[in-house]
Order: sequence, then structure tokens, then C-alpha cells
Amino acid sequence: MAVRSRLAGVLAFLMAAAAAPLMPDWVVSLATIAFANALVVLGLVVLWRAGLVSFGQALYYCIGAYTVALTARWTGFNDAFGLVILGGIGAGLIAGLVGALIARYREIFFAMLSLALSMILYGVLVKTESLGSTDGFTVSTPTFLGFALHGDKLGLALYWLTLGIGAVAAVLVGIYFRSIAGSLAAPIRDNEIRVEFLGVSVTRIIHVKVVIAGVLGGLGGALAALSIGHVDPAMSYWTTSGGFVFVTILAGAGSVAAPFVGSLVFEAVRSFAVDALPGLWQMTLGTVLLLTILFLPDGLGSLATRWRKREGAKPT
Amino acid sequence: MNASGNPILAVRDLEKTFGSLVAARDINVSVPAEQTVGVIGANGAGKTTFINMITGHLTPSKGSIQFEDKDITGLPSREITRLGISRSFQVAQVFPSLTVFDNMCIAAAIARAHGDLFGTVTTALRSPAAIAEAQATVELFQITRYRDTPANTLPQGVRKLLDIGMAVVAWPRLLLLDEPTSGISIEEKFDLMNVVMSALKSRKITVLFVEHDMEIVARFADRVLAFYDGTIIADGTPHEALDDPRVQELISGVRVKPGAGAAHA
Repeated sequence: MAVRSRLAGVLAFLMAAAAAPLMPDWVVSLATIAFANALVVLGLVVLWRAGLVSFGQALYYCIGAYTVALTARWTGFNDAFGLVILGGIGAGLIAGLVGALIARYREIFFAMLSLALSMILYGVLVKTESLGSTDGFTVSTPTFLGFALHGDKLGLALYWLTLGIGAVAAVLVGIYFRSIAGSLAAPIRDNEIRVEFLGVSVTRIIHVKVVIAGVLGGLGGALAALSIGHVDPAMSYWTTSGGFVFVTILAGAGSVAAPFVGSLVFEAVRSFAVDALPGLWQMTLGTVLLLTILFLPDGLGSLATRWRKREGAKPT
Repeated sequence: MNASGNPILAVRDLEKTFGSLVAARDINVSVPAEQTVGVIGANGAGKTTFINMITGHLTPSKGSIQFEDKDITGLPSREITRLGISRSFQVAQVFPSLTVFDNMCIAAAIARAHGDLFGTVTTALRSPAAIAEAQATVELFQITRYRDTPANTLPQGVRKLLDIGMAVVAWPRLLLLDEPTSGISIEEKFDLMNVVMSALKSRKITVLFVEHDMEIVARFADRVLAFYDGTIIADGTPHEALDDPRVQELISGVRVKPGAGAAHA
């Protein structure tokens, strides 16, 4: 079963990579943003499994994005791959500091503290006129290993970069989930005392989870900044965080692929809703979320599990 | 019982105060390897305080604790676990949403990773060694038929066995059992203790167990420590300790024949 789902993942990745040149531009850019956001959601899944919800994941998203934008602006360094890695590292460092504070908190306190920290960044950026205050500023066009690309080619290159980083992140997080520290998520949710008595520090394990989620958030933000070509403080605003939590609920925490599917569905529903029902798109999204919670409490990812179970139950 | 050589656990002049409240005082005990020690006493007599100081959950106000010739006084509990002291709980502490086997596997994997943070991130949970260790311990505690049952649906006795098994899977040399039979019906108590004690004997584990049921103590302990008002008032074979008039008056209330069931000359 594990081999089959891995095979399905590889196939889906190859198809997503191969189909890109055949898709219209707007689909490519929608998918790029969806997969960039999926990285943030993957980070939320890491926390979610341990019973932790962060309502401030936009903090790392925004730091990743601004790291890219400011590095390019101040140093002229323009390589897309290098910038994205820097975005991940920058957010990871901040997550290391933040984790030292919030790893001791749980439930609503964890959620609200992360929200508060992201809103502090929002406040600082809004007040910083040299960085364009609420308007933000433009990110210079990146190069790819020294090649400057334009138009559809730039869009495609960014899409493939996002897809590639997403795939590597999914594989690494998959390995982490099978490690002892990764497998301790459900035990921590169940019974922290027992985990401590087995000889493991729950705070340190959660600190690691915060850093992993931070790095993923930073990578997502960095890719989004390159793809949109613009950064602004709204990337750190609480509604941005809320959107990521929304997608996490939609996708479910069942697998590392679910955030990518969930995020794609979310972006698709949103853009269709904005197009078809301009005044009612928030209501449409709300209805989708409500229906998900009612009928698929474990998210879209659980559809695959259900289907697999039915297959397994069939007499062969 | 191996009385020769150094004791596995040596406690000297141990004292614990909370403000003006003295929870434990003048505790002096030396336990040889592979001995099974019953700890008795009324509620608030200092039994659990004593256990908690050995496992590092409370820092003693005074005195010292030696484990295998190493001073462990005041060490954090995680480090003490790593040195070879495990414990079980009065209320079984398991992971309710996981199966019996997954519970055991997690305990086995953590024990093998030595609790080191880097080790826990880089080691796979289901290594062949951890799986084998978990399976062996499930069999040792005779809960194989519940192997794939989620822990939240287990009967109380099985849950207790799982809890103790999760402490034993780390191959501790010293195990502290806090009321292993609490919450278990009288009919099941002896069966449960038989399984536990034969498992612990087979792994040559030194045991300290807190127990309220004097018949259990008389049957399974090699030695009894009786606590009253924060200190030990009797220390000897079950026969000596349970026959002690002060123990009868202050703790057991009624006289229980040591070696319950056996003919008493």
C-alpha cells in the first residue's frame, strides 16, 4: 500500500510537470501559487498532527517573501533557486527564536501567540515607509542559473521550481513523519506526560515542529513572492494565516500529498467563484468549508484512504 | 536475591519539604539487585513522594540517591530514565488513539534512540529492532490478542499491563510501579500481578511497587517498606513488616497472614 501511494505520488508529480507547457498561462500561475501555498499548509499539517494550530503561519510566509524581495533589492542577487533557499533559511531562523517561546504553549494559547507575532510583523511593515508601507514593493525578475527568462517561459520556470521544491519537501516531510520525532505527534496529542516519562522532551519535539513549519512557510512565501512579483504587509495579515488554516482543514492531515491537492482545489474554487459569483465568492468558499467539515472531517486526503479501503475490501 | 556486592539503589537521609510541610524525612534504604520491594502506607504517608524523588520528578530537599554507584540526586527525570530507571503509573498512561502494538513500538523506539533529540529526528520509528523488541514485550506481558486493538477500548487490566510493558521495553534495571493493581477487580488482581512479576523476574529487574492490598504485598514482595508520616517505620520481610504492631495499627488495620494462602505455622 505504501509502495502504491508512493508510486501514485511520483506519477502525479511527473504528470503535473509534463502537463505545464500545454496549460494556459493563467492555469500555470494559479497552480504555482497553489503549490507555493501548499508548502505553508504542509507545515501546518506537521503541527496539526500534534494537535497544534497556528493562526500565524503568515509570519513565516511573509518573512520568506520579504527575504527574497529585500535580498534582490539590496544585493542584486537574483538567482531564483538561491533566493528561495534564503527565504526558507530566514523563516527557519525566526521560527527557531519563536519556537523557544511558543513551544511551551498548547491549544488556543499556541494559536493566539502565533497570531500575535504575525500581527506584530504586519504592524512593523505597515509603519516602514522605506519598504512601501501597505503598498509593499516590486520584486525584481529572477534569473535561473544565469538565464534571464520572460513571459510564459518565466511562468513555467517558476512553476517547475515550485513543483520541484514542493516534491522534495513532501518527500522529506514524509521521512520525518516516519521518524520517532515525527511519529510522536499523535502521542503528544494523546498524552504528553507519557511521552516525557519515556525520556523525550515534548517541548523540544514541538520546537522542531515549529522550525520545520517555519522553513516550509518561508519557502512558500519566497516562491509566492517570485511568482506574484510583489510583496506587501498583507502577506503577514491574519486573514492570510486563516486562509492557510482553511486549506489545512480542506486538505486534511492524512498525507503529505493532501496539502497540494487541497491547495489546488482551494485556488480553483476561489478563482471560479470570483469569476462566476463576484459578490458571493467568500460565501461560496465558506460553504465549501462547511460541507468539508460535515462530510469529510478528515479532509480531501481521506477520499484516497476511503477509496483504498474499498479496494482492499474487494474480494480478489 | 543477590545481597552480595553493591546495592543497585542506595538512599541516604532523604528529605523533602514543601514550605513548612515535611513530605518525607530521614529515609534510608538500600536495595540489592533483583529484589522485589513492596512499599506500603496510608495516603499521604510519603510513598509517592519517595518514588517521585527516585525518578527525578521531585528534587529532594536533603540527602542523596545512588543508583548503581552513580549519584542521581536531583537529576532531571529524562536523564534518570536513560540511566535505567523506569516507572509505571497509578492511572495507566498510554496513548489512547494508538493500538497496543503502536504504543509499545513508540516506547521501544524511544528507548533505542536514547531520548536524544537528533536521534529521534533521524531514526525511523519502525526499525526492525524496535518492532522485534515491541513484539517480544507484548508477548512477555501476554497481551498478544490485543495487539491491534486501540488502547482506548482496552479492559483496565490490559491497559495496566500495557503501561507496565511500555516501561519494561526499555530494559530498565530498576522499575517503580505506582499501585499496579489500583482500579482492578479483586478477582483479576492476582492474575495481573502474576503476569507482571514473572515478566519482571525473567528480565532480572529490581522492583519497588506501591500497593494498598496487603495480600498482594505479602504474596509478591521479598521485602516490605512501611511508610508513615513521611518516613519508614518498618523495613523487613513481609512477615516481619506486616506483623509489626505499629504497621498493623497505623497502616494495614487488620492482621494479614504473610504468604497469603500458604499455611502459616
